[in-house]
Amino acid sequence: MAAKPKLYYFHGRGRMESIRWLLAAAGVEFEEEFLETREQYEKLQKDGCLLFGQVPLVEVDGMMLTQTRAILSYLAAKFNFYGKDLKERVRIDMYVDGTLDLMAMIMLAPFQRPEEKQETLASVIQKAKARYFPVFEKILKDHGEDFLVGNKFSWADIQMLEAILMVEELNASVLSDFPLLKAFKTRISNIPTIKKFLQPGSQRKPPPDAHYVDLVSNILQF
Amino acid sequence: MAGKPKLHYFNARGRMEPIRWLLAAAGVEFEEQFLESAEDLEKLKNDGYLMFQQVPMVEIDGMKLVQSRAILNYIASKYDLYGKDIKERALIDMYTEGMADLYEMILLLPLCRPEEKDTKIALIQEKTKNRYFPAFEKVLKSHEQDYLVGNKLSRADIQLVELLYFVEELDPSLISSFPLLQALKTRISNLPTLKKFLQPGSPRKPPTNAKSVEEARKIFKF
Repeated sequence: MAAKPKLYYFHGRGRMESIRWLLAAAGVEFEEEFLETREQYEKLQKDGCLLFGQVPLVEVDGMMLTQTRAILSYLAAKFNFYGKDLKERVRIDMYVDGTLDLMAMIMLAPFQRPEEKQETLASVIQKAKARYFPVFEKILKDHGEDFLVGNKFSWADIQMLEAILMVEELNASVLSDFPLLKAFKTRISNIPTIKKFLQPGSQRKPPPDAHYVDLVSNILQF
Repeated sequence: MAGKPKLHYFNARGRMEPIRWLLAAAGVEFEEQFLESAEDLEKLKNDGYLMFQQVPMVEIDGMKLVQSRAILNYIASKYDLYGKDIKERALIDMYTEGMADLYEMILLLPLCRPEEKDTKIALIQEKTKNRYFPAFEKVLKSHEQDYLVGNKLSRADIQLVELLYFVEELDPSLISSFPLLQALKTRISNLPTLKKFLQPGSPRKPPTNAKSVEEARKIFKF
């Protein structure tokens, strides 16, 4: 029997959260080793586990995979969340790259100086409402299907829900002009594996707090 | 017969250059439509050609693709430069994502404030010598094959060699303690399609200069 995937990261969302979502959506149990000290991090580097000296690291199927997108693409393909052919895959890639761009801004904000942070978060809301959400609302409107690509649940849907929830944490009414995205959010949240992940006690991580920011800054030394 | 792919960008390397390299390496002829003014960009946006209001955009196989990674993934798959299975693809992705991180630092150098430039260059040099070049040298050493993955030419080799040229333009001494990288650079540069691309008169773009930056500022309004 294959070992469970093992995730190495801090006890927080950061760049690992999208990976947790994908595993959870696939109904795959995974283990986590949380980095709490600089020493632990340096040990991982010295042991040669981190190709570029960085986390996220996911141990899966005999590989030590780093680089968030490499990990996500591998898991998406492995769990059949990557479309049925090349044309569907490129659409999924375009959509997830868009949402990853948006989520990356949110992820970096807590590490910025207060004035920059405010600007970033305002920009996130503005971009979500003017650039990203309209695109996905139109995609859903044009094909009238339940899922973003190929009438089938894919990585694009998982990532879209993750992005919606993250932006809503910043501004609860951000979906007010997007009825199809609202319905999409409800529908995807009710998929059994996702529903389970959204409940307390799952491996989903909370938004970053000051303690998390301090911990990461200390371990990564910036 | 299918039309040639058509690249929409301004007349410079920027985020389109890796796409030019990959198409060229695959022996695919392509057309380019250069944005020369802010109005050119506005027109593309107003015509609904840019999914997230951004370039690069590549018209290929009846699609208007955006997001450089999505475009590179599509081209690599289509022209069999993406490994033979998902595990090889994961390795290719891990390597190219690392390359993209270093590439991004050098790419953004012309845009940084003059007083920051020396610090940024020093950081690039440090990361090249201590993080990125050692990682790729180690991969080549581990299997002693001519290509990074699966003993076969892939996008990883093409993208690495592009990066090696990019780094060389910044500081030619950085590659001096990496013999396998030097050998890879020579070997890949001698592939007929890339040899042609590296000659004058090809679609390869010259290094970015102050004039390019000014043009970009005008078109993209930043």
